Amino acid sequence: MENKIAVQIDDLTVAYNYKPVLWDIDLSIPEGVLMAIVGPNGAGKSTLIKSILDIIKPIAGSVKIYDKPYKKQRSLVAYVPQKGSVDWDFPTTALDVVMMGTYGSLGWIKRPGQKQKKAALEALEKVRMLAFKNRQISQLSGGQQQRIFLARALVQNASIYFMDEPFQGVDATTEKAIINILKELRKSGKTVVVVHHDLQTVPEYFDWVTFLNVKKIATGPVKDIFNDDNLTKTYGINYKVSVQQ
Amino acid sequence: MSSAQIEIQLIASLVAIACAIPGTFLVLRKMALITDAISHSILPGIVIGFFITHDLSSPLLILLAALSGVLTVVLVEFIQKTGLVKEDTAIGLVFPALFSIGVIMIAQNANDVHLDIDAVLLGELAFAPFDRLLISGTDMGPKSLWIIGTILLITIGLLFAFFKELKVSTFDAGLAAALGLSPVVMHYGLMTVASVTTVGAFDAVGAILVIAFMIAPAATAYLLTNDLKKMLLLACVFGVIAAIAGYWLAHRLDTSISGSMTSVLGIIFLTVYLFAPNRGYFSVLYRQRQQRIEVSLLTFLLHLGNHEEDENERHVKHLNEHINWQKVKAKSVLDLALKNNMITIDDSIVSLTEKGQHFTTEAIDYIVTNKNSEIEKMKDRFFLFRG
Repeated sequence: MENKIAVQIDDLTVAYNYKPVLWDIDLSIPEGVLMAIVGPNGAGKSTLIKSILDIIKPIAGSVKIYDKPYKKQRSLVAYVPQKGSVDWDFPTTALDVVMMGTYGSLGWIKRPGQKQKKAALEALEKVRMLAFKNRQISQLSGGQQQRIFLARALVQNASIYFMDEPFQGVDATTEKAIINILKELRKSGKTVVVVHHDLQTVPEYFDWVTFLNVKKIATGPVKDIFNDDNLTKTYGINYKVSVQQ
Repeated sequence: MSSAQIEIQLIASLVAIACAIPGTFLVLRKMALITDAISHSILPGIVIGFFITHDLSSPLLILLAALSGVLTVVLVEFIQKTGLVKEDTAIGLVFPALFSIGVIMIAQNANDVHLDIDAVLLGELAFAPFDRLLISGTDMGPKSLWIIGTILLITIGLLFAFFKELKVSTFDAGLAAALGLSPVVMHYGLMTVASVTTVGAFDAVGAILVIAFMIAPAATAYLLTNDLKKMLLLACVFGVIAAIAGYWLAHRLDTSISGSMTSVLGIIFLTVYLFAPNRGYFSVLYRQRQQRIEVSLLTFLLHLGNHEEDENERHVKHLNEHINWQKVKAKSVLDLALKNNMITIDDSIVSLTEKGQHFTTEAIDYIVTNKNSEIEKMKDRFFLFRG
């Protein structure tokens, strides 16, 4: 399962106004893992995802998705941005937001039709939000908005999923529902990369982890590298997390 | 109606629609202020274009002016990217600079050219029908009608072609970028359309009042709908209503046409702001009042439920002392509970009915667990749960 490399990052350096936020990152993400990216605030977790997805241009280094540049592999990748990155007062419905996931495969100018609508409805069903399809997005709770974002990624039917803090501001029920969907994705051979904050749940949710703090601290299977040593290196303070294995 | 009157209203209506379309996206992108900047900073472009062509409606002039509009956006973003100042400051720095260059150029050549700032900024719709387009001697109608008509057709064409791209890059630029639907191209495309429209419309309503036609109809429509397509349509409708009503208001009062149109836009916005069904001022006020009463009702019912055993706690007189409510409030809550058959009053002792009991558990349960399934039914009956 771990022989194919889904994402290969070499010497990636990203800077805002010449101040590096990611410093010489080398990272291989094997196919079929459910990986958490952990690190303190300002560690560059979101930036890492955004530079993989070509949203931010790095000043050095390269990113390959299955051996090719991202631009050639867009259709293999789905993205769930942070919930707070969009204006939820935007005049649109839940269904319409999910449909946006199909825009990439449609390409320029072509409009979504029945096929796209059907796919969007199926994705809504998967996240149990079908009943809310015509609801204006500002009328949804935080957890529901997150499910809509997840559905939008599911509709892309990608091989690799990048999610930026999908558990932020959601209740326990939604968190369980989301992680179950992510685990299902992994079971069907997809690769899932999640920016994650809650260190307690890392061993329970993920099988692979990357420690990041401007530089890459460590990456590998949770059972091998999720320990106090790496946590301390990443977070700077003496970290003690009871890791249940 | 004379043909000149019809022509004026037609020009104004086309301007209104041509402005409402980019305006809707600008409002949703929180970029209303940039139209203000563009409307001023097209001046140097207009002046240079006028020096070259000596014709306010030449395509070259429109192109040059639109270029200086886009230049504004580029400069604002450049200054903003340095991280030294915020966007609003950057806007405030750029457009007066460009505008003043235009003012100086006009002042220096005041003797040679028939171009005054008033005409550019305020426009004069009443004169629009006099400037005719003649093709080999045949009268084809007013020039500004052709200009704004062409701009409008291009705008509508672009809107239909790129609606999906505009929508996704406005709502979620990150996703648009990841999908390969370049939000940067959409951004500058929209800015170009806004600039061209501003230039095309300044002849009719003046560069400054274009701002009103871009922002006010879109802002009004935003209060009324949750659907982007409807918002676009409503913005166009409001724009046209303001254009026509404004014209007749000016006719009636014998005053500035563009001033009247803008005033009508303001009145329409104010009316919708006050009376819109969901987001309007009175509607929000009513909802908040209802929510307050419902919270009180729940508190009251909860109190009754907690003191089932103790009749003293449920005596009508006791209630306002214990829950610390004024008499009036206590009475209105009591009335509401009675009306909904949630309580019975027997010899001044208040008791929960079965319905009241059920409601209390249901509501408390929702507030505690925040489960959605139960509450969807209650949302129809009570404001409390509508967020």
